[in-house]
Amino acid sequence: MTDAALIAGATQPSGPGHASGSTPKTLAAAKRLKARHAAEFRFRLYGRTAIIVALSFLVILLGRIVSQGWSTFVQNRISVAVYVDPAKVDARALNGVNWDYMISTAALAKLGLTDDDVGERSGKMSALLSPALGYDLLKKIKADPSLIGKTVTVDGPIGADAGLYYKGLIKRSTAEGDRRLDDAQLGWLDQLKAKGQVTSKFNTDFLTHADSTQPEQAGVAGAAIGSALTLIVVGLLAIPIGVLTAVYLEEFAPKNRWTDLLEVNINNLAAVPSIIYGLLGLALFINMMGVPRSTPLVGGLVLALMALPTVIIATRSALKAVPPSIREAALGVGASRTQTVFHHVLPMARPGIMTGAILALSHAMGETAPGLMVGMVFFSSDLPRGFLSAATVLPVQVFIWENASERAFLSMTAACIMVLLAFMILMNGTAIYLRSRYERRW
Amino acid sequence: MSYISKDPSNPSGSPMTTPERHQGDHADGVPEIRLRTAAIGAHADAPTGTLKVQAKKINVFYGAKQALFDVDVDIPGKAVTAFIGPSGCGKSTFLRCINRMNDTIPGAKVTGEVLLDGEDVNDRQIDPVTLRARVGMVFQKPNPFPKSIFENVAYGPRIHGLAAGKADLEEIVEASLKRASLWEEVKDRLNQPGTGLSGGQQQRLVIARAIAVAPEVILMDEPCSALDPIATARIEELIDELRQQFCIVIVTHSMAQAARVSQRTSFFHLGKLVESGSTEEMFTNPKDSRTQDYITGRFG
Ligand SMILES: Nc1ncnc2c1ncn2[C@@H]1O[C@H](COP(=O)(O)OP(=O)(O)OP(=O)(O)O)[C@@H](O)[C@H]1O
Ligand SMILES: [Mg+2]
Repeated sequence: MTDAALIAGATQPSGPGHASGSTPKTLAAAKRLKARHAAEFRFRLYGRTAIIVALSFLVILLGRIVSQGWSTFVQNRISVAVYVDPAKVDARALNGVNWDYMISTAALAKLGLTDDDVGERSGKMSALLSPALGYDLLKKIKADPSLIGKTVTVDGPIGADAGLYYKGLIKRSTAEGDRRLDDAQLGWLDQLKAKGQVTSKFNTDFLTHADSTQPEQAGVAGAAIGSALTLIVVGLLAIPIGVLTAVYLEEFAPKNRWTDLLEVNINNLAAVPSIIYGLLGLALFINMMGVPRSTPLVGGLVLALMALPTVIIATRSALKAVPPSIREAALGVGASRTQTVFHHVLPMARPGIMTGAILALSHAMGETAPGLMVGMVFFSSDLPRGFLSAATVLPVQVFIWENASERAFLSMTAACIMVLLAFMILMNGTAIYLRSRYERRW
Repeated sequence: MSYISKDPSNPSGSPMTTPERHQGDHADGVPEIRLRTAAIGAHADAPTGTLKVQAKKINVFYGAKQALFDVDVDIPGKAVTAFIGPSGCGKSTFLRCINRMNDTIPGAKVTGEVLLDGEDVNDRQIDPVTLRARVGMVFQKPNPFPKSIFENVAYGPRIHGLAAGKADLEEIVEASLKRASLWEEVKDRLNQPGTGLSGGQQQRLVIARAIAVAPEVILMDEPCSALDPIATARIEELIDELRQQFCIVIVTHSMAQAARVSQRTSFFHLGKLVESGSTEEMFTNPKDSRTQDYITGRFG
């Protein structure tokens, strides 16, 4: 068969001289082609379906978190002008004064009401306001005692339940007995709003305060700082140790049964459930080594143990990806092995190492179980001050608020998750940025 | 003519017409005076020179597999020696014995002696890192560091402490790039990445990097196999120039290239050295029938 005939046979089934031989062949080829296209189409369809399913789960998850959490970021504030009656204020014992009462009667007066004999009405009004107003007034008087006898305007968040009403999360349509505010209170809230006493703004308190028993005063800052301190410990321990381990294993260690065994073990460690690291940390760091519990230090130690295998694996694969020609080049001009690694291989592996390290860190930041095991379930209304002061971390804060009974904490749980996710997005974004920044062609 | 001489102090006689000394020539004892072969392919007068590298009974094993069998080769100084032979016959393996790059291959074992100026490179006294500064290497694929052109050349002198200061280093870089005939093309962009050059330029950069540490021997493993004919011609010209100052060993699959650039040729086959001799003799009058077959393209 000549070339020309071959081409004719392939392109023209009815070509001269080949009509009988090539037709069934071409038919079979067409059939195979059709089957291949169908298979490809089916596969693409499966892939798209999988993506759609995964995306819709993600959207549902995020949508639920955002729809639950958004209300935390809106804060309703009230300002009340209070006449500080010198008759009721003992300048020598300012702490003993019932400031809350003074404020709630002032708020009632704004609505043209006075307290009843048993103080029920002022109690109901007080429930609508945050104790923060009382503290604010006390602070102002302490700073300037000459304010006694004058009218002082205090400004602060309204109570959590009142806030829920303004945000539409407590509805008038619910039977009175089933909601935490009665009809009279709802009426007052409407009037206060109508009189322009109530404003709403972005809730910066949530981002700057530590935890509190009062939902309207509680914030994630304590947990965020705890997380940041913990992450610093994790980073300072896991990254250098992990990177150096990987460099040694990959570039210097002999390849024998022991290093193989080590490799298998490291890979398995990456899959050990985090609660086991928590137990290990409890036994090793707290009970044996006496590291103070509930602190970012001990949390960081445990999470560093957990992040180590991931950092090692990521670093090793980044080192493996460096072309051997670079090692040859460096060795060829007379660089020692250490120089080769530190001058050439490691810098080239840096984007991969950094990406892996940041992902390990953000993974560690999201871990709850180790934090629970080493006592980071901790209520503190103070911001943590250092590596040795008791602290909690963001995922544990989620856990704490999830278990809180007050309704307002439900939304705060979601809001805390949003803060945690924002942290993660920030870190992963950094990883992507670093990768594209340092990645070079070679 | 009898070039092969086991006695390093006995340079073969060759007519001296134009003695040439080059800038940067290493004064290592006896001044090497040699005729410059002006026209490529003219090897009638083989170069003079002492033996630079002498390999004796080299056997190399990769694990259980033996790659080289009792190889004896003599390599003269200030000349180009070509290694030819079919793929997998052990040319690269032998090359790596000279600068001990086989040390870096796990499972590789070398027996025998490689004498560099009469000193065994496998001696425990010899540090492979210092050895590799004396025996530079150029690889098949250009492999510049992903750093600037300047850094590529400056790296070797810097780690070996060859430059007294910044100005000195700049001088070395410039001289090396000039000797690699790359200076004119890159002098305005020394700070740009070396990986941004063309393949042929990269290979010359790599050669500049190798000569910047002032080696005595330069090993080149198929330096032109990734290059187009024009870039190849430039590298060949460069090699021809460099042999004034360096002992050059080149592995090549191109018979024409071996004939053009080398004064000595060794033919390897199945891990054994079949034949060594002056290039002219090897190409015109090989003693072994296998050499004959390979050169004429009958196998390989
Ligand atoms: N790192 C190694 N591990 C195991 N075997 C190797 C290794 N390097 C080379 N060999 C083997 O040693 C033999 C010689 O290889 P070598 O690379 O020296 O051949 P070569 O002559 O350079 O071939 P080519 O012309 O294809 O480059 C081959 O059989 C090869 O399979
Ligand atoms: Mg080779």
